[in-house]
Amino acid sequence: MKLELRGITKKFGDFVANDRIDLSVEPGTVHALLGENGAGKSTLMNVLFGLYDADGGEVLVDDEVVHFAGPGDAMRAGIGMVHQHFMLVHPFTVAENVMLGHEQLGSNRLLDIEAARSRVLEISERFGFNVDPDALVEDLSVGAQQRVEIIKALSRDANVLILDEPTAVLTPQETDELLDIVRQLRDAGTSVVLITHKLREVKAVADTITVIRLGKVVGTAEPTASQSELATMMVGRDVTDAVDKAPAKPGDVVLEVTGLSAVNELGYTTLDDVSLEVRAGEILAVAGVQGNGQTELVEAIIGAVKATEGSVTLDGVRLLGRSIKQALNAGIGFVPEDRTTDGLVASFTIENNLVLDLIDDPRFSTRGNIDVDAIESNAKDRIAQFDVRTTSSKASAGSLSGGNQQKVVLARELSRELKLLIASQPTRGLDVGSIEFMHQQIVAERDKGVAVLIVSSELDEVVALADRIAVMYHGKIVGVVPPDTDRKTLGLMMAGAHQEEAA
Amino acid sequence: MTTVSASVHTGPATSLRSLLSQWKAVIGYAVIALVSLIAFGLGTESGVSTSFTVSQTGDALQVPAFSVSSQPVTLTLSVILFALAGYQVWAQLRREPVGVWLPIAFGLAFMGALLTWSGAGRENTNVALTGMLVSGVFLAVPLVFGAMAGTLCERSGVVNIAIEGQLLGGAFLAVVVASVTDNAYIGMAAAPIAGALVGALLALFAVRYWVDQIVVGVVLNVLVIGITSFLFSTVLSDNPEFNQAGAQIGAQGGVAMQSLPIPLLSEIPILGPVFFDQNALVYLMYVIVIVFQVMLFKSRWGLRVRAVGEHPKAADTVGIKVNRTRVRNTILGGAIAGLGGAFFTVASGLSFSKEMTSGKGYIALAAMILGRWNPKGALLAALLFGFADSLRIQLGVIGSSIPSEFLAMLPYLATIFAVAGLVGKSRPPAAENIPYKK
Amino acid sequence: MSAAENKTEAPEEQGFDGDPRSLLRSVVESNGLVVFLAVLAALVVGAVLVVFADESVQDASSYFFSRPMDTLSAAWGAITDAYVAMFQGSIYNLHADSFSGSIKPLTNSLTFSAPLIFAGLGLGVGFRAGLFNIGAQGQVILGAIMAGFVGFAFHLPFGVHLALAVIGAILGGALWGFIPGLLKATTGAHEVIVTIMLNYVGLYLLAWLLSLESWQAPGSDNPKSPRIDETAEWPSLLGDSFGLHWGFVAALLAAWGVWWLMERSTWGFTFRAVGANPSAATIAGMNVKVTYVLVMVIAGTLAGLAGGTQVLGTEKALTTGIAGSIGFDAITVALLGRSRPLGIVAAGILFGGLRASGPTLQVQAGLPIDIVLVIQSVIVLFIAAPPLVRFLFRLPDPRLVKEVTA
Repeated sequence: MKLELRGITKKFGDFVANDRIDLSVEPGTVHALLGENGAGKSTLMNVLFGLYDADGGEVLVDDEVVHFAGPGDAMRAGIGMVHQHFMLVHPFTVAENVMLGHEQLGSNRLLDIEAARSRVLEISERFGFNVDPDALVEDLSVGAQQRVEIIKALSRDANVLILDEPTAVLTPQETDELLDIVRQLRDAGTSVVLITHKLREVKAVADTITVIRLGKVVGTAEPTASQSELATMMVGRDVTDAVDKAPAKPGDVVLEVTGLSAVNELGYTTLDDVSLEVRAGEILAVAGVQGNGQTELVEAIIGAVKATEGSVTLDGVRLLGRSIKQALNAGIGFVPEDRTTDGLVASFTIENNLVLDLIDDPRFSTRGNIDVDAIESNAKDRIAQFDVRTTSSKASAGSLSGGNQQKVVLARELSRELKLLIASQPTRGLDVGSIEFMHQQIVAERDKGVAVLIVSSELDEVVALADRIAVMYHGKIVGVVPPDTDRKTLGLMMAGAHQEEAA
Repeated sequence: MTTVSASVHTGPATSLRSLLSQWKAVIGYAVIALVSLIAFGLGTESGVSTSFTVSQTGDALQVPAFSVSSQPVTLTLSVILFALAGYQVWAQLRREPVGVWLPIAFGLAFMGALLTWSGAGRENTNVALTGMLVSGVFLAVPLVFGAMAGTLCERSGVVNIAIEGQLLGGAFLAVVVASVTDNAYIGMAAAPIAGALVGALLALFAVRYWVDQIVVGVVLNVLVIGITSFLFSTVLSDNPEFNQAGAQIGAQGGVAMQSLPIPLLSEIPILGPVFFDQNALVYLMYVIVIVFQVMLFKSRWGLRVRAVGEHPKAADTVGIKVNRTRVRNTILGGAIAGLGGAFFTVASGLSFSKEMTSGKGYIALAAMILGRWNPKGALLAALLFGFADSLRIQLGVIGSSIPSEFLAMLPYLATIFAVAGLVGKSRPPAAENIPYKK
Repeated sequence: MSAAENKTEAPEEQGFDGDPRSLLRSVVESNGLVVFLAVLAALVVGAVLVVFADESVQDASSYFFSRPMDTLSAAWGAITDAYVAMFQGSIYNLHADSFSGSIKPLTNSLTFSAPLIFAGLGLGVGFRAGLFNIGAQGQVILGAIMAGFVGFAFHLPFGVHLALAVIGAILGGALWGFIPGLLKATTGAHEVIVTIMLNYVGLYLLAWLLSLESWQAPGSDNPKSPRIDETAEWPSLLGDSFGLHWGFVAALLAAWGVWWLMERSTWGFTFRAVGANPSAATIAGMNVKVTYVLVMVIAGTLAGLAGGTQVLGTEKALTTGIAGSIGFDAITVALLGRSRPLGIVAAGILFGGLRASGPTLQVQAGLPIDIVLVIQSVIVLFIAAPPLVRFLFRLPDPRLVKEVTA
């Protein structure tokens, strides 16, 4: 089946998310759609899938114009999609999830669960997925859930399979398995559209590459193109990996973590005997595939997650067992990984967000009485200093773009004397300009003598910022290595290999 | 980040707080069992007995009244309570979910102990067991319909606080239509229309305009109380022929919606009169519960409804119309609650009076929660509350040292225990009260 | 159930930015216009009911097709009767002999509004902290029980007695708020369900207390307490010929206090942050669980004061019906007032006026007070759905207006 998009345009208010995009997917090929976060890739696919109505353009299947009023139409036309955030009903079994929306009925007019089970088993065996049709989805690992999504699409006889950022949540090993599956699907005649911003994957598996930037197609490329060529197309200018920074001048140990362990609410170990130290004036970056305990590590340090064992000290003062507030007051600045849910109150003004964790500070309140003027003038200063693009300091934080929201969070966290700055995924989902700005600010903080702990699942960011890199896998620190360690070694360590084996 | 909110419940595995939260269900059961043991078990004088009558006058098969020694019975029931708490421990250790039957059985055993204790040593008083159970089932009728309505709405992701209003609307319309047509059954058939109208309003505001579903529900209840009370005080009081008690409906002095004993089945001692000598509305209730139990969990419709209530976006991506499903379910649920409203007027042989549902809609909501959002559970929980209500009346008859007000509080307290997790875990549909916006 | 998070949340702060073009925009978008139109629409719905119930209209409609004007004029007559009665019962009596007689309805309205303002304020604090407290009714009852008990069982000098009775009201309400707050914080029990259930527990508790001989007036078997001592009463504000008492002034003071709490105190800042995004509030070092408990206690305190006002100012004895439907009316008051103190005062006075007009409506227009419930709930429904109001009145969609002026 041949799929073609012609001149697709989609606007959200004044914002043009897709601007006359053309795309053609030949049968039995892997077509990579490459672009930065926010370039409009997901919007395009949601238009194709009938989830959004396009403001212009048309979709063609086998050279005939089609109109999809909803995902049901798209699926009937043979298009399947695996969303970045899985579309699985957690309390349902795998079979129920797979049958949902195109249920087979038995002779009694009720659901034919047996038919669904055997369909799951058949597809699962064909591709070696090893998925139990009777397992509840909520009990499955992320990788297994993704395979359920693929089964879901294939069970509807999808001829074109769209994978939206499929590797964001996978370990390197699972990623390789997925890429194998993609090749298998292609060889079996299914076209695959791979939406990603990861160059390595594109080069590994794509037959054709379309690059989009700021909602427009900027060109196509062959998989033989070099990574730097692709990156330049994607970003629109030469990309220098390295952040401009002087060598670190590490001072005394500020943060010391020893033997830290934690379990989650299901009783599974999330942190397993983690020890590390961060010195004043250096950046320690924690690398690892998402979900290997990094989130829990920073949350345990600031007191959002309780540790079962171990100790955390800041300048020699015990932190563990204290509240988040005490940790912040002790001199920790914290940029959480998800700014919209944890970093900001979207309905609050920018002013108020800039003092969200400082409202008890004597600068902004005395004996419980808020000083409104101080909050306002603080906002003016911060907005100017961090170049937050907004019409008014009284606009709601939710009205800002992602980059400006992250600036507000960072500006707030840098508003007090810090001993330690913790930033989790500081640039996730940001455009290149904002990323550079964030990196400069973080390095500047290091140069002021603050200890900095960065958590990032983007290896590029880790390499760019780190003075030392700690790699996490399955809740453990696999090793701490210098920033010039080659990527292959880092990649193997992220898959659990120890430094000696990896090198 | 989800991990933070989740981690709220996480603590060091050894801490007292996490032990408490993990075992709170067991602790809850054990405390109640202990209360039963001390108050009813040990609190009953030894050597006295409690008498029960089973047969009612006119039953074909007369079972003689019987007496039991009170203390052995209350002690046994208390031990059963402990055994049920023990089962909870066992299931929890094996990480197995515990069915709805456990809290229900627990409640019944507790009430049995209470009843035996209350009737102990009263020489001239018999506990009318069958009569109590009959009225328990009957009193449960509006609760079952209401809880079914709540289940259908919430399974699709719409919180239905307006059950109270739907019951009241149904009660009102049923009696007016029955009075005008002079036929109680036509009145009963009209009742769902009123409930469906309230459901439609709920759907309009909650699904179309994304107004908070709890706000709409609460306000709709006020609206229905206002409209029905206003019409009661004006139109109905000016024209009493529109608001006849059951005795006058159906002409020739026949009481409306009489019991329709099912041949043979109704002859069974105790169970017969309790379940098979009721009126048409009760039989309709059985049918509705069975049909929706099967439909919700075995049919295509049910699978889709549950998907919409759990993960509407996922349902949308496989081509299910989320908001259409929600609107339909909300109206259907409203209609079922409206039908239950017929209980208050035509099925009970009463004329309409102001606010006559008196909070039954909220107890129905409680039955839905205790029944864990499924029809079978809702039926059991509603029956439990119905029995509790008839127990209260029965204790009033035989005279009890427990004030009836405290017995009246029991369903509400049971619900508070239930939502606090003291009677096992219950998980509402994940997307409930969240409007679906594309 | 995730309650108030999904409520149509008004922006935390809004201001007119001085651009003349946006003046039109802000009028069209303003809550003020929507509120006005919602009230108008509710009055129309009320009028429909009035016409439907009116006997002369029914009579005239039987020959509608021969003389339609009869029906219409009868309908018009019924509607004007109703709303004139409502006006006279709540604001100004045109037929009174004296000035004080003329304004008596207004003072009655203010008297009725005092408990609504108190309880509405409590609910408003909860809504803004993300807590959907349906339990004002129970909190009002507990406040009334405690205030009434202190009022009739103790005999103390003026001042001390009133103060103690008010403290009783506070404690009663606070306790009934504390329970759901604590359960939510410790077990995650949803406050909507717990507070609904506690309403009934409170109601039966009151019924039981009033069945005790020690709580009944001497020589009476009615479920009514002895009259409270005069020393425990809210003194009257305008002399004995008016029912209006200092409880109303106390309600206004409470409104100011709540404004300060929510807008100018660090506590209020925390409450609002927790209400708008509990997750971000946690990361910012705020203790969400403690906040829930605190907010419910404050909400209960204010609702308890409403119950206290009823007993100590208006009814002067405890009855089973002491709380009326104040707790539920207060929900509509808080919603109409958008959970802001000034709005709640205005909404409380509006709904207090509707309530106060009841007797006049009955006498002059022969209409039961229940029509007030209808008007009240329709207002709130419309206000909760501004797009519906815009649709009914064919107002432009503010989003479209924005695009044009942008």
